[in-house]
Amino acid sequence: MTTTPRPHGGSASPGSLRERARRAIEEQPSTTVTVLSSLLAAQDELGYLPYEAVDEVSLCTGSSVNEVWAVASFYPNFRFTAPARHLVEVCWGPTCHVLGAQPILQGLVSHLGLDGEGDTEDGSISLKYNTCLGVCPHAPAMSFDHELAGHMSLDEAVTRVEGIRAADMERES
Amino acid sequence: MTEAYEALTRRAAARWDQLHARPWVRVGTGLMGEAVGALEVLSAVREAVERAGVEATVSEVGTTGLCYAEPIVDVHVPDGPRVRYGNVRPEQVETIVQRHVIGGEPVTEFALASVDSNVPGVPRFEQLPMMQGQVRVALRNAGEIDPLDVDQYVARGGFSGLDKALSSLTPQETLDEVKNSGLRGRGGAAFPTGVKWGFLAGNPAPQKYILCNCEEGDPGAFNDKTILESDPFTLVEGCIIAGYATGASNGIVFIRHGHDSPIDRTRAAIRACYDNGVLGTSVLGTDFAFDMEVSLVGESYVAGEETALMEAIEGKRSMPRFRPPFPAAYGVWGRPSNINNIKTLSYAPEIVRRGAGWFSDIGTEKSTGTAIACLSGDIRYPGLVEVPFGLTVRDVIEGMGGGEPSGKALKFLQTGGPLGGVLPAEQFDMVLDFDEMVAAGAMFGSGGLIVCNEERSVVDLTRTLVAFDQMESCGKCFPCRLGMSHILEILERIADGKGRSGDMDLMERVGVNMRGGSLCGHGQLGYNPVSSAVRFFGGEFEAQFEDGAPSLGTFVGPKSTRRGAQMSGDTPTASVKPDFVMHIESVVPAAAGTTE
Repeated sequence: MTTTPRPHGGSASPGSLRERARRAIEEQPSTTVTVLSSLLAAQDELGYLPYEAVDEVSLCTGSSVNEVWAVASFYPNFRFTAPARHLVEVCWGPTCHVLGAQPILQGLVSHLGLDGEGDTEDGSISLKYNTCLGVCPHAPAMSFDHELAGHMSLDEAVTRVEGIRAADMERES
Repeated sequence: MTEAYEALTRRAAARWDQLHARPWVRVGTGLMGEAVGALEVLSAVREAVERAGVEATVSEVGTTGLCYAEPIVDVHVPDGPRVRYGNVRPEQVETIVQRHVIGGEPVTEFALASVDSNVPGVPRFEQLPMMQGQVRVALRNAGEIDPLDVDQYVARGGFSGLDKALSSLTPQETLDEVKNSGLRGRGGAAFPTGVKWGFLAGNPAPQKYILCNCEEGDPGAFNDKTILESDPFTLVEGCIIAGYATGASNGIVFIRHGHDSPIDRTRAAIRACYDNGVLGTSVLGTDFAFDMEVSLVGESYVAGEETALMEAIEGKRSMPRFRPPFPAAYGVWGRPSNINNIKTLSYAPEIVRRGAGWFSDIGTEKSTGTAIACLSGDIRYPGLVEVPFGLTVRDVIEGMGGGEPSGKALKFLQTGGPLGGVLPAEQFDMVLDFDEMVAAGAMFGSGGLIVCNEERSVVDLTRTLVAFDQMESCGKCFPCRLGMSHILEILERIADGKGRSGDMDLMERVGVNMRGGSLCGHGQLGYNPVSSAVRFFGGEFEAQFEDGAPSLGTFVGPKSTRRGAQMSGDTPTASVKPDFVMHIESVVPAAAGTTE
């Protein structure tokens, strides 16, 4: 099935952070609800885990905030500050590494004015290193707002990043 | 045959005929296709079909494994040849639809291969270099059927293994069938599956769990995701059969949160099984009850370890538990559990359906059946092949994979994932076999084969693997937590041409202590990539110690270990902490040693 890439900043549903987090936790598709599954649901909805989300998970699962935070801080896919508008991931798995991930990674870091993984100052791009995007036959791989792209080069990566930024500017003006 | 299954097959046969009575266009839209524009091709197909006003079915399917030819569009027309088109671009779609879907004549200039038919000038699918020698058991439906259509699965023999077990075999006989087939776990450890199931079957508890591991954290391996995306019903059927054989009541499929399509397709398959009476209180109308659900985990490599996986299912940090008690006695939620890799379970339906002897005739004596290898790196035809054990590595790399694409010499192969090792080109005549590969210091592991040509540096690749292992250490056992960081630090200076005398011995000492002092395979095997690389390419490491040795280039990985300990001088970056933790720190006195 074709899945629409979810916007990186979470969904645009109405309500306060706390209400949206609670709704996401309550509407999980799995029958077994745990701290981890609730955190994943909340982050999918909000794009990050603000204090309100951690608190709601703790209330909904009957766990202490400490227990929830223990889980949240362990898995690197959780983040605790609002993300930039778009997520760009670069794969550094061994196949991508062999076929040239490092020049893309390093080039992109410097193009975006970062010193590693992180968010750009203008709030447009969150850059993330991915341990394996799972499409090794098409290495080097990247993903732009959860949409995969194979056979990447630094030029192509920069073009696409600038394309995303330009589209944003157009929308704003 | 159960009545319920008979009804399913009748409906499926009717639907199958219906599908073949008009043009049928299948587009491979798994992750493999998506990465090279399959979604654009899919919309182009839909638009072209609609524009032409032709009565045709357009389906999304998984991947055939021929990833080099993605996006693949497969066109069947009634009373005409069926052809797969490879590397399709959206602008070619109109021609394909006009000439083949409507006109009934294949567009030979875009064709990759013909299927079940002869078209002059077009090779048959099974004669493509990458298909020659493949035996498809677990991947038998990959790229053939719509992964969300239970009728298509049944029409191709789906659920007949389960039906046979339920209607004519006792649980013990089902278990014996798997035991006699010689099936061994495909997750890496290669433990005999029948024996493992026996542990669970022997436990009389009323609620027991079959856990299916689709965590697939191995970079370089993509076979689990492919099965989930291309044929999730195979996994569901395998899981139910395992449940029947062991007397389990619940199945949990464990998938890493990230890509949506494998997760969505698996969830949809489980829902469809409930709707069709294949799951629930009465499986296929019998008194056997079985429930299944999907459990998601955050990014964590160690979560693939069986006890860490159970912790993650319970919603905790994925850190391994002490054993004993073993999972068959005390597993998830304290209930008896059995953990199988998705590939292992995917063999079960065909083993039960065709019999243990059929399966054990494939492959070698101790490694029966097929291996699913993921080919990537410096290779002409990257993708997925399912081959009988007993072929040589060369058959797979140079035959099916087409060898090095630019004519350079092949140097080595990285196998067995980030805790695995390397296999130099001189040893490519090695036979694919669990035990032989282990004896040679390589592992088959979960099937990732990363091919490297003569220009690739072993030291550089080893540094990447160790950086991964270090980042993924869960931090529970200090020999692994600190040891991986230590080995990475040494490797980085060696790669930089700044190695110190004694560094190689130091790494080995750390590695040996990790092996003895870690709870799970992550720490125990953490030194493997280095020891294997040194064993075959020790000269490359030595060369880095010579005066004026060049730096192998900066390596940028994740900034610091995200859950293990930081090396001296590294402090966790403030940005990873949420505000409320900062607040707590401001009221708690600073750590000992910094206070006055």
